[in-house]
Amino acid sequence: MSDAVASAPLTRRHRLWLPPVLAMVLALFALWYVAVVPMNVQETLTQAERAGAEVSPPTAVERRDMSNWVLVFRNLGTLGESWNLDRPRLPAPHQVAVELYDSTIKEELTGRRGIVNSGTLSNRSLVYHGLVTLNATFVGFLIGAALGVGLAIGIVHSRVMDMSVMPWAIVSQTIPIVALAPMIIVVLYSVGVQGLIPKAVISAYLSFFPVVVGMVKGLRSPDKMQLDLMHTYNASKARVLWALRLPASVPYLFASLKIAIAASLVGAIVGELPVQKGGLGARMLAGSYYGQTVQIWAALFVAAGLAALLVWLIGMAERRSLRRMGMTP
Amino acid sequence: MNPAWAALPVWLAGYGLNVVIANGPARDSRLAKIAVPTIFGLTVLAMWELLVRGLGVPAVILPPPSQIAATFADNLGLLWRDFVQTIVKGALSGYVIGCGAAFLTALLVDRHDYLRRGLLPLGNFMAALPIVGTAPILVMWFGFGWQSKAAVVVLMVFFPMLVNTVAGLRDTSAMQRDLMHTYAASWGQTLRMLRLPAAMPFIFNGLKISTTLALIGAIVAEFFGSPTLGLGFRISTSIGQLDLGLVWSAIVVAALAGTAFFGAVSLIEKRVTFWHGSQRKG
Repeated sequence: MSDAVASAPLTRRHRLWLPPVLAMVLALFALWYVAVVPMNVQETLTQAERAGAEVSPPTAVERRDMSNWVLVFRNLGTLGESWNLDRPRLPAPHQVAVELYDSTIKEELTGRRGIVNSGTLSNRSLVYHGLVTLNATFVGFLIGAALGVGLAIGIVHSRVMDMSVMPWAIVSQTIPIVALAPMIIVVLYSVGVQGLIPKAVISAYLSFFPVVVGMVKGLRSPDKMQLDLMHTYNASKARVLWALRLPASVPYLFASLKIAIAASLVGAIVGELPVQKGGLGARMLAGSYYGQTVQIWAALFVAAGLAALLVWLIGMAERRSLRRMGMTP
Repeated sequence: MNPAWAALPVWLAGYGLNVVIANGPARDSRLAKIAVPTIFGLTVLAMWELLVRGLGVPAVILPPPSQIAATFADNLGLLWRDFVQTIVKGALSGYVIGCGAAFLTALLVDRHDYLRRGLLPLGNFMAALPIVGTAPILVMWFGFGWQSKAAVVVLMVFFPMLVNTVAGLRDTSAMQRDLMHTYAASWGQTLRMLRLPAAMPFIFNGLKISTTLALIGAIVAEFFGSPTLGLGFRISTSIGQLDLGLVWSAIVVAALAGTAFFGAVSLIEKRVTFWHGSQRKG
């Protein structure tokens, strides 16, 4: 409260300006467009040279060891193609937007393998790859969240489990779990499990621990007074769990679910790296093998959009359920 | 008799021992708090060993811990070079650059309210994104060496660190700031005497989150290309050769490094924020 009062004069002074978030996003895009020039200068000048323009210094060998900014300032007139290169080191935002459109809407509507012409989603479209990743994310998230809640209930009710498992759960947070991903995929593949499940296992593994830690905190959040009240009602342990602990843990659950679903998406993407069978991760790796930078960027934007959508969905469910439970802040 | 059967009594013994300690009179002592998880871990290891040997699980699926330990001991030099490449060169340098840049940005953002209201939602948004996805791009830009790994780490740790530091710098009450104002303290003095110390718990929270992210970034970036060195490289190539013992050894190195890194930061935190509620006992 006091913070809002303290910063009130500042807000008034800036009200005439653009909304700050919009301004920052615009600034970011402007910066991006500027950065495209020095990042792509070598390639641009090679093309300009081939087209017959005067370039200084004239050969690619001499240019290779020069700093990009020097090249930019010595060839200010011949940089027009920077934003339209075929395989840029850094594609311009509009190139990524075009690629996004081409590989989603255009591919599905007009492509030979698109949904309109073939009845199934095209395996070249990001819609298809996004759905593959999303499937693994959801399955992994559900498994991870269910196991996490289950283990948290066990930890709250059993002192032995609390003392023996909880330290390991905390230590496991400090371990780069993603390192396990390729191994899990290969091991599961060799016992005959493949497709969705190995990726979901990695997703589940990543989303499991945030839920455990959050839920243990949440299930322990009822204070002594409330627990004593349940005790005077002669409530059984199951009843205390159902009527007091679980409702009290809902805000904690949603906070950790948001972290968990973002982690789950990362898990699915990393899980797709070793097996090239579709998905955003596979798409990124393929793009990096074949130098298709625009393709990587498009996949990256789809992944970012998915993450934002998933977190937003959980946030939505959080607001709804908290309001219905009468717990809105 | 099949050694797999021995796993059952081992489990019962470990579990029984833990029940006795956890419900015994000394259950809140420091020793018990270390002993119980240690017994649990050792029991799991022993069961793993017995079950893998007893059920004849092929070593290409799950090697027994003893074999992993043997491989680990045989390849100490190799693993040490991987450790230096990935953890020291890639993760640690990226961590320092990323956290430092985030801290300086946070100071700047904190001074200008307009920047704060614009960058903070963006930072929160970016912190939730799968930034590991930028790894292929950065590997393409900075080459296969440790520089590209450090770049991935910088991007990964920047936003969580920024958000935490900005939140921390705002964690002073109007009363405290007014007091500094009545002392005619300059911005720098207020920062040094009041706001930085108050922000320390938040800053350390960001630093601790970043330790794990740094290792993840450095290892995943190696899956997209690296010199013939590094933990991520070791993991992905050893899987290709079905040398699971070496894979597990590399994972053990990553786990030990992650725990040690996190532990070191927590230790510094304990020294610096000894006054904070979460560090005091009782």
